[in-house]
Amino acid sequence: MSTAYQIVVCGSLVPDPLQTLEPVAGPSGPALKNEMMLPAVLDPWAGHALFEAAHLAKSAPGSKVWLVSLGPKAKLQQVMMTVAQKVPFELVALDGPAGGFTEAADVAAALADAINAIPGLDKSRLLVFGGWESASRGAGATMQIVGERLGVTNQFQGVDKLTVAADGSLEILERIEGGKHQVSKCAAPPAVLGWATGNLPEPPNNPQVGMMNMRVVMPALQRAKPAKVAAEGVKFASVTLPKQQRDTKIVKDVPAEEIARELVAWITKD
Amino acid sequence: METILVLAHTEADGSLAKAALEALGAAKSLGGAFVVGLVGENVQAAANNIASCGAAKFLGVTGAEFSQARYTTDAAAAEAVCKAAGAAIVIAPATSRWNRVLAGVAHRLGGRTDTHVTAVSAADGVVSVNRWYYRQRMEAVLQRTQRPWVIALEAGCCEAWKGSAGSAAVEAVAVTLTDACKQTTVTGVRAPAADQQTIRPDAKLLLVAGAGWTKTQPDGKTHTPEAEKLILDFLRQTQASLGSSKSLVDLSGEGQAVLTFMTHLHQIGQTGSTPRHPKGLSTCCHGEEPHTVGWRFINERRAIDLNPNCGWARGKADVLYVADAFAVMAKVNELLATAK
Ligand SMILES: Cc1cc2nc3c(=O)[nH]c(=O)nc-3n(C[C@H](O)[C@H](O)[C@H](O)COP(=O)(O)OP(=O)(O)OC[C@H]3O[C@@H](n4cnc5c(N)ncnc54)[C@H](O)[C@@H]3O)c2cc1C
Repeated sequence: MSTAYQIVVCGSLVPDPLQTLEPVAGPSGPALKNEMMLPAVLDPWAGHALFEAAHLAKSAPGSKVWLVSLGPKAKLQQVMMTVAQKVPFELVALDGPAGGFTEAADVAAALADAINAIPGLDKSRLLVFGGWESASRGAGATMQIVGERLGVTNQFQGVDKLTVAADGSLEILERIEGGKHQVSKCAAPPAVLGWATGNLPEPPNNPQVGMMNMRVVMPALQRAKPAKVAAEGVKFASVTLPKQQRDTKIVKDVPAEEIARELVAWITKD
Repeated sequence: METILVLAHTEADGSLAKAALEALGAAKSLGGAFVVGLVGENVQAAANNIASCGAAKFLGVTGAEFSQARYTTDAAAAEAVCKAAGAAIVIAPATSRWNRVLAGVAHRLGGRTDTHVTAVSAADGVVSVNRWYYRQRMEAVLQRTQRPWVIALEAGCCEAWKGSAGSAAVEAVAVTLTDACKQTTVTGVRAPAADQQTIRPDAKLLLVAGAGWTKTQPDGKTHTPEAEKLILDFLRQTQASLGSSKSLVDLSGEGQAVLTFMTHLHQIGQTGSTPRHPKGLSTCCHGEEPHTVGWRFINERRAIDLNPNCGWARGKADVLYVADAFAVMAKVNELLATAK
């Protein structure tokens, strides 16, 4: 029995979380102001998925990791400069919008087609990883639809831990309500795992890995096929920034005892 | 109005979660006729409890296989109920169980889904939903032409349906499961020990702890064990839920002296959770926008911080107490204890 995995990670880019975002009306629906100028990073939960994939691949000899990424080609190239330094993978790039206002269903269709087109992919050893939600659309929909399109129905979302048992079965911990985890046993791959934070720190940059990855990244970017991603059928009536400013009362130079009394009165009042 | 289905699953004890009653309340508020579809090991008790809700009919998928929150069986059940109801619009509570499957189900039905919806409304027969983009940083109101339209409604956003129980006639919907549906088995739930269980989604109050609790204090030392005690004592007395800033949970990952009960599940904010509670108290958090967006859904907010210029002072909290959280929380705990 083979113990190697074919791990395909779906992950794209999002605007750097430190940026201030502002919605604007674009030609085909809402967009972000200066969207193409905003510095981008690998989507955080997809990043965790990638690091977990690399970790698993290392522990199961013969395994391989692909990163399937749909985004504007030029921005993908920027982000790959950093991501490629982290862990070994082979990039499959698709050229198209990566913004939050596009349809998860369109993205999923393009990703599933790209996965199906990976030469020699052994579906019986396939693990499809991704973030359980993006930091753009934040819908948690894409991975499920990718799974459906690939015919993979062992699906898990909000995954924090994957352990391979001696018999090759997978033990998976998913986040559920109340700070708890649901534990499942999946007999064998294929499976879809939408990762939450997982357990691994971000790997340090490794220039050797970077050089190896970049040899494949550049041709992959050149080959990137355009993907049809839009938001047909959706009408955005409005997109607005929240009015979040409150009139903050600042209480200073007051003894702790007095503050405590005020707080207790506030906490215990219905 | 189009055909609406309220799609819910029962809990382990056969009841409906509050989030399910909120989905029912939201569907009713649209004003049209609706059908209720229930999935679970046994759904009769749950249906009886909402017998007077005014549903045109009750559909149910039942059996031992549907007691587990598992993708294959849940997706098959939800798909069957949606088809049986002929629903154009499906409103479901955004529980972890439904969140795992609804997008897949919408795909099977040739429809679309919108998740993490915070409001549903109808005007002139046109249904709109509100949802947030870019990690709660902007809110959109949108409509769709695709049907069925599966809407996953966040907990705590709508009034829960209230009404009297009765006896409901549940029409059974048959689902055929293949062996492939049983490749995964849910084997249990891993939860912190009861006294370490500090995430309480239904609590009235959220206490957020920041990295300040572990920082060097004016006496030149750290006081982490004391911080732990103060926080746990407060949580025990108030039954508040505990949240954390990113910095504080990351410290735990880096193996520093930290609050031992903090995990990544506690983190609120842009890359954490966005809990909903009526009140929130932030302690020792610097809390810069845009990262503390997790607070957006807390109604009344107060903060304690030594720094009068901390992020909370800038229009995010109703009250900022510029004070030592160690001193204040010790007094708060004392007062709470004597009040009992
Ligand atoms: C990509 C990205 C994503 C992020 N996502 C999140 C997120 O989801 N959630 C999140 O919280 N952050 C997030 N951040 C981090 C965020 O920017 C801040 O760094 C973090 O929230 C600060 O944590 P803190 O307030 O606990 O700590 P600090 O900034 O260290 O502040 C500590 C505070 O404690 C106060 N203090 C110290 N001692 C006392 C005392 N005795 N009494 C009272 N006050 C005291 C200090 O005055 C200070 O204001 C993110 C950052 C990035 C780059």
